[in-house]
Formats: sequence, structure tokens, C-alpha cells
Amino acid sequence: MADSRVFPEPGKPALVQPEGAHYFCRGDWTLAGIEDLDSRLAGVNWPNKDLQLDGSGIGAIDTTGALRLLNLVAELERAGHPVTLIGLRPEQRALLDLVRERRADAGVSAPPLTRSNPLERLGRAFVSHAQAGLQFLGFVGEAAVSLVHALWRPDRLRWRALFGNIEDAGVRALPIIALLAFMLGIVIAYQGGQQLKIYGANIFIVELISLTMLRELAPLITAIIVAGRTGSAYTAQIGTMQITEEVDALRTIGIAPMDLLVLPKLLALVIALPLLTVFADALSLFGGMVMAQALLDVSFTDFLERVPRVVTLTSFLLGVGKAPVFAAIIALVGCYQGFHVRGGADSVGRQTTVSVVQSIFLVIAADALFSVVLGGIGL
Amino acid sequence: MSAVTHSAAIPIPDAAPLITVRNLSFRRGSRIIFENVDLAIPRGKITAIMGPSGTGKTTLLRLIGGQIRPDAGRIDVDGACVHELGRRELYQLRKRMSMLFQSGALFTDLSVYDNVAFPLREHTRLPESFIRTLTLMKLEAVGLRGARHLMPSELSGGMARRAALARAIALDPMMIMYDEPFSGQDPITMGVLVKLIRTLNDALGLTSIIVSHDVKETASIADYIYLISDGSVVDHGTPQALEHSRSGWVEQFLHALPDGPMSFHYPAPTYAHDLALAEGPALA
Repeated sequence: MADSRVFPEPGKPALVQPEGAHYFCRGDWTLAGIEDLDSRLAGVNWPNKDLQLDGSGIGAIDTTGALRLLNLVAELERAGHPVTLIGLRPEQRALLDLVRERRADAGVSAPPLTRSNPLERLGRAFVSHAQAGLQFLGFVGEAAVSLVHALWRPDRLRWRALFGNIEDAGVRALPIIALLAFMLGIVIAYQGGQQLKIYGANIFIVELISLTMLRELAPLITAIIVAGRTGSAYTAQIGTMQITEEVDALRTIGIAPMDLLVLPKLLALVIALPLLTVFADALSLFGGMVMAQALLDVSFTDFLERVPRVVTLTSFLLGVGKAPVFAAIIALVGCYQGFHVRGGADSVGRQTTVSVVQSIFLVIAADALFSVVLGGIGL
Repeated sequence: MSAVTHSAAIPIPDAAPLITVRNLSFRRGSRIIFENVDLAIPRGKITAIMGPSGTGKTTLLRLIGGQIRPDAGRIDVDGACVHELGRRELYQLRKRMSMLFQSGALFTDLSVYDNVAFPLREHTRLPESFIRTLTLMKLEAVGLRGARHLMPSELSGGMARRAALARAIALDPMMIMYDEPFSGQDPITMGVLVKLIRTLNDALGLTSIIVSHDVKETASIADYIYLISDGSVVDHGTPQALEHSRSGWVEQFLHALPDGPMSFHYPAPTYAHDLALAEGPALA
């Protein structure tokens, strides 16, 4: 009797066709079951005459079901089958009317969406990045002014915050820096040592290790670790204070956030990073030394005797001299991104990521610039 | 209520207001927040600025506090034009104009006591024993002397606001701006805060500005009310005068009617567009 293709599971919405053009709606026409209805309706051959949809068998109906029912009626009418809805209870009829009314509120159609093309997006991205760059420069300038003020009146400097930050960023970073610098020394010594051994030039491992480490790798790896460890913490701290309105509260109490939050961090890092770099220099040399003895039979004594002869003071100072610049980059980017936190907790996460990526990028870019410039003036 | 003036156009009270706002305009991107707003905040009174959420009430406080600059117009606080002040003068002025934030904005790494003592330690060279007396006095005023060792995370919402209030009066400012002081508080806490704001205002001779949309509480303590919507002042007057306002909007707002001159719907593209009915006939 019933059309098997539209025969329902109990409770699921369905159409049943007992006779001719008279269809019974059955089951619950609710959000839970409505998606199955489409597949079941797909294959129905509608008779080519006036149809009657009988809603008396509908158990429950919600706005989704009502919308689907109205859509069904509309589809059928568009396909040339006039439809009459019968048998609905008054409250179901009211819901249907409400849904129909809300759709009818729609009014006239709007112009089609304009889709942005890739060139436009590129242009917008460029402009927004350029603006962000300018804003950052503005922030650097503001920090510089505060720094000059603070150095002019050192008694106003927040010494306690400064030393606290040096401890956090410097002393607490010693273990991780020691470990990584030591391992980096081992890696370079091992890779380089393999090649040197072929030519029997074992003793040149000292040049390889001491020059690459002291001049390039130790400052760089230290800066990268500090960016990931301390720069991100700066962003998160200031960002959270931004959300809890603590930064605004500082301003209303009459304290410039720059003086309290940025300067101690900036100065602390400028002091701590060169010291950490010297520490990393030592540990990476030690790592190289251990590897040189194990792999190339270069004794500790030979190694240590040769270091001062191959490393000029200039090389060492250049490596350490880059550190304050890296430190300023990390501290300023970290604080700047912190002040740019807006809204909620997800923004803190986003700005922290941006802060780490940007500061590492800028550190490496600065390092490249150092190499080019110093090479140019023959150092 | 005896001889109540029924007109909304009451002249702004008192001769020399503490704050005057003239022709203020401010926009964010293309969105207009304020357009030609005029306000006057009288000295020694509690003035409420009310309006629906999202009408820039907090922005107005930030403008008064000099944290952002207006696009046009001027704001004078105690005779000085806020956005023409230099950095140093602005920070001097801010010490005298305190603000209570919606969240309290206590410094999370300091105890209640240290939060209240913070402005005193920062701005004065008073001996620690004297600071202690002052701090305990302020805490006593808000009833939290016993809670001075707690950290902000251990406070309830109402206590956090009271602690923040103690911090806000630490430097004995000439005025306090309250940003939504009652929102999200239980009735008892609300009552406490209402009473506290009134008492502090009168006892310390402060000028108070309350930004809020809690109609009943705010109307009960405000001496004067400005109603703001869609970037301009819709109406202003004493609470009693506004109660009898004929404006449909004022009535809708003060009596919390769901629909009226203020539409229930957020501005949107046409409904048809959102339902992807851009072409084809409307429904049966």
C-alpha cells in the first residue's frame, strides 16, 4: 500500500502515499531527523495533478521541519504541482505561518556579493603590513624617549623590576642555554670533524669550532632561545594585563605603562643577553672540545692552547656585541605585541605566536645585516 | 516628588562644571561613535551617562581620561583641555581623575593591600608607616580591611570592585569615573555599591560619573542623567524629569521595553540575501 521508498523508520519524518495524490506526512519533522528526508524524497515520482499534503500524522514539528515542509511545497509548485496543505493542528499551522512570515520579511534581493581578487588581497595585505611596521617604529621611538628620560633620572628607574627581570630572563635561562650550546658544539665538531679527518687536518677543528661558535652560532642560538622563552612571556604577560584592563588601570593611576612594563624588560634583556652569549660561547667550545678529543684525538690542552691564537679579540667582541641588538629586538617586539592584544584569551595566544615568529625573523635578518656590513668594512 | 520640572530641556546645573564636552565627534574606522556631543558634568554631583550597550559609553570615559583623542570638538577637565595637554601634564591630571573599571582591574600579582598602596607608593615619598595608615583607612571605607591579605583571585566580583574602589580613592582624586559598576552583581552587592558610591561622593566631596545601563540602581543615586544613543545625547535631566519624558526612546530605555524606537534587530543585509534567495521567487 505504502510507497516503500518513502516508508519511514518510526519517528523519522516521512511521506506516505496511501492513494492517488493524497500524501500523509508522518513522524517527527524536527531537526534530528530532517536530513534523512531529502534522500528518501529524491526518487519519488510525483503524480501529475493537484497534490494534497496531509499533516495530521505529524508528531512533532520545529522550525527546521516547518521550513523543510514549506520548501517542499515551494519545490512542488515550482515543478507544476499545485499543493494543498490539510490536516495541520492549529499550533502547527501557527508555527508554519511564523516561519513563512519570517521568510517573507526577506523583501527584495540584494546585489550579489563582490568577491575580492588575489591582487586586491595582496594590496590590502601590503598596506596592513606597512601600517603595522610604521606602528612598531612609533613604539620603538616611544620606548627610546622613555629610555632617555629614565637614564637622565636613574633614581626613577624601577630597579626591583629590573633585577627581577634579569633573574627571570638571565639566571633562570642558564641551564637550557648550557645544554643547547653544549650540544650545538658537539654537532658542529662532529660534522666538521668527519671532513677534516679525511684530509688529516684534525687540529683545524679548533678554528672551525671557535670561529663559527663565537662569531655566529652562539649569539644566534642564545637569542633564539631567549625569544622563545622570554619574548613570548613578555607578550603573554602584557597581553593578559591588557585584557584584565590592568594596563588601563595603570594609566588612570597616572603611571606610563612604558615606564613600568617595557623599560625594565628592555634593560634587563640588554644586560642579560650578552652575558648569556658569553656563557653559550664557553659551553659550546666545551662541547666542541669534548668531541674533538673523542673523535679527532685533539687533547684539551692542545685545543685550549690554540683557541687564543686563532680567535682574535675582534671576533669574540663582534659576537657578543650583536647580543644587545638582538635583545632590544626581542624585548621590543615582545612588549609591542603584548600591547596589541585585543578582546579575549585567543588573542593572547595569537599575539604570542606572532611575537616569537617576528622576533626570531628580525634577529636573523639583523644577523644577516651584521654579516654584510661587517664584511663590507673588512672585519 | 513635589514640584518636578516636566521639561527635558532643563538647563545644565551649576555655574562652573568640572567637565565640559563641546561638539565632540569620534569615529572608529567608518563607524561613527559620537557626533556633535555636548555634555557638562557638574562639580560635587553624581552624573550618570546611560544608554544601550555598544553606544560608546566606555569610549566617552576614555576620551575624558585622555586615553584616546577626539576627531573633533574639545573636552575640558577642570579648566584644561585634555587632548592639548603634554604627556607630563596629562599624567598629572590623571592622578586627580580616578577610574573604576568594569572588571575591577586589580593587579593580579599584588594583594588587596598592595593594590591599594600601589598608587601611594608610586606617587609619593611618604614613609611606609604613613602609607599603611592611609591604605587601611581606604580599605576600612569599603569594608575590606579584614580582606587585605587576600589576592585578587580570591575575591568575589563585588569584593574585587570594592577593593578597586579603595584603590581608586587612594590618591584622594577630585573625581571618579565608574564604568558599569553594577553589572553582573547580585542585589545585595548592588545595594552596597550604590550606597558606597553615594557616601564616598558626599563624604569626600568628589565628582562622580557613572556609566551604566542598570536603570534602577543608577537612577536611584544619580543627580543628573544623560541618555546617549547612536552617537548623540538623546535626552538629559534629573531622574525625576526623565521619568516623565515624552520621548518614545527614553520611555523604552527607562522601562526596558523590548521593541520601540530602538530596533530589536542589528542592522543587516536584507534577509533574502542572507537566506540566499537573491534570485527566484519568495516562498509560497
